[in-house]
Amino acid sequence: MSDYLIQQIVNGLSLGSLYALVAIGFSLIYGVIRLVNFAHGDLLMIGAFMTFGLVASDMVPWAAIPLLVLAGGFAAGGLIERVAFRSISGAPMITGFIVTLSASIAIQNLALIFLGSQPRNFNFPEVFRMRLPIGGADVALIDIVIPAVTLLCALGLTTFIRRTRVGIAIRAVAENPFAAQLMGISIGRLVFLVFGLGGALAALAGLFWSGKYGQINPLMGFLPGLKAFLATIIGGVGSLPGAIAGGYILGFSEIAFVGFLPPEYSGYRDAFVFGLLILILLVRPQGLFGEAEQERA
Amino acid sequence: MKRLALTPIQAFFLLVAAMGVLVLAVEASGNGYFQTFTALMLVNVMLAVSLTMTNGFTGMFSLGHPAFMTMGAYVAVLFTYPVGRKGFAMPALPEVIAQIHLPLPVAALVGGLFAALMGWLIGRLVVHLQTHYLAVATLGLIIVVQTFALNLDGFTRGGRGLTGIPREATLALIGVSTVLVIVLCWRIKHASLGRAMLAVRENEMAARCFGIDAFRLKITAFVLGAGIAGFCGALLPHVVSVMSPKSFGLILAFNLIAIIVVGGQGSILGAVIAAVFISLGSESLRMVEESTGVYGVTQVIVAVALISFLLVRPKGLFGLKEPFIRTS
Repeated sequence: MSDYLIQQIVNGLSLGSLYALVAIGFSLIYGVIRLVNFAHGDLLMIGAFMTFGLVASDMVPWAAIPLLVLAGGFAAGGLIERVAFRSISGAPMITGFIVTLSASIAIQNLALIFLGSQPRNFNFPEVFRMRLPIGGADVALIDIVIPAVTLLCALGLTTFIRRTRVGIAIRAVAENPFAAQLMGISIGRLVFLVFGLGGALAALAGLFWSGKYGQINPLMGFLPGLKAFLATIIGGVGSLPGAIAGGYILGFSEIAFVGFLPPEYSGYRDAFVFGLLILILLVRPQGLFGEAEQERA
Repeated sequence: MKRLALTPIQAFFLLVAAMGVLVLAVEASGNGYFQTFTALMLVNVMLAVSLTMTNGFTGMFSLGHPAFMTMGAYVAVLFTYPVGRKGFAMPALPEVIAQIHLPLPVAALVGGLFAALMGWLIGRLVVHLQTHYLAVATLGLIIVVQTFALNLDGFTRGGRGLTGIPREATLALIGVSTVLVIVLCWRIKHASLGRAMLAVRENEMAARCFGIDAFRLKITAFVLGAGIAGFCGALLPHVVSVMSPKSFGLILAFNLIAIIVVGGQGSILGAVIAAVFISLGSESLRMVEESTGVYGVTQVIVAVALISFLLVRPKGLFGLKEPFIRTS
């Protein structure tokens, strides 16, 4: 294999992992309350700025930063649920949709007000910017760390959902909220938990994103969030393995589009991604791993 | 209820009279700021009314208006840009078009038709998608169109944007178009076409059991909305004289949704009133923003106000109703 190919594969893996981390949250939340959380992408931005703040403050040991970012993301996700969702539970789907869109716009603009619209540069310390020679290619350490951590998170989350009591409760609510409630499951608390978990993973993605690209700004969460939602749709909304697979499919095809076509096409990369989505929806409207929902009268 | 109730004909004459007074008064004031603001407000009214049809009548959730506006705007500008400067600003333009100069009303119609055609091509692919999917697909469409506008810099000057677009959009033209758009949507809503759309919105499967071709209706609504959006998009650069790929984006899509949600997602009168008030509100907030230097406050306030409004009146101002006007 040529160096170039290895480099592109690693890029695809790392970008796909970032999409997957965000997509898991979309999928979890949709699975439980059948609602797309538009503000989810902004949690990535929040995670990135938390990392920036923690690094700049220079008061926390390095190992603690990811943990703090996870906790902060959990809190932010939970806060969105408490403030925006709790108040409208039971409203029609379209209302919920508009509320999340409003929440996203509010978060972005609050960030613009308090953090400023200038993009900020920041870099991880030297150790984390190391480059490794793999099969002749020169690969950034972070591009290896991202997929590894994503894999760990995915495994951990899947085990949590499959094995633990809380995980079973989440699946029960996803299956039939009414029956789950009759079994004594507190839906409110579970929804909070799911928002928190999704938020934590999105914030972690934000940490990685800022480390990988070295630049952050208040609107950075919008496009990755949108693309992660595409990943969720490609994989089949509501399915965790689907969300992860969708993230990697999207990551790899985006890298392939940019890496193997003549450079004059690379400006069209975002257009290509959405074209891909429409194509997949035409062939398999329920996504690759999703189950078709029957339309009933 | 013995309340104020106009017949549609009376309401029409009232609308024409009000529009005439507004346009003449603002025109006579000679104040450029008022004129620009009124023009933008009226375009918002047209956009909101057309989105009320596309989304409100059929129950779809399209965020694609800004995408069609961008298409309409760039196509119209191809024909209205000063011929002498086209060679410099749009080097990729074929010689045939480079020599043509069309008056704005014609160019805007061409832009609207182009947007409608694209709406038809895209709508065939996306209108069968369910709520979230359609929203994301149309949001994606905004990004796709922006990407093309950015990269086709032989026609659009890319990210630098086009400047010096002739300010040909007169208030009279915009006022007449607004009345026409309102009448068109009103007629559709109260004709069999609109009734069928509303049936699809309430229960698509039941509507289909009555022999309503839901797919065709949604396409119709989507294409009409796209066409009107394209027309409005074509007018706007001729009000403010500049156009760039990011002129119409997510924020605009959100503000339009805010307007039709407040109006009641199906009420034309509601959309008109909401468009007027939200335009006035965000314009005054924008002035606060500029004087304090805190940019972004407007959007935060609009977003928070929208959430609060939904809590108090989940169905918007009027729901589907058209108060003050007898409709049956």
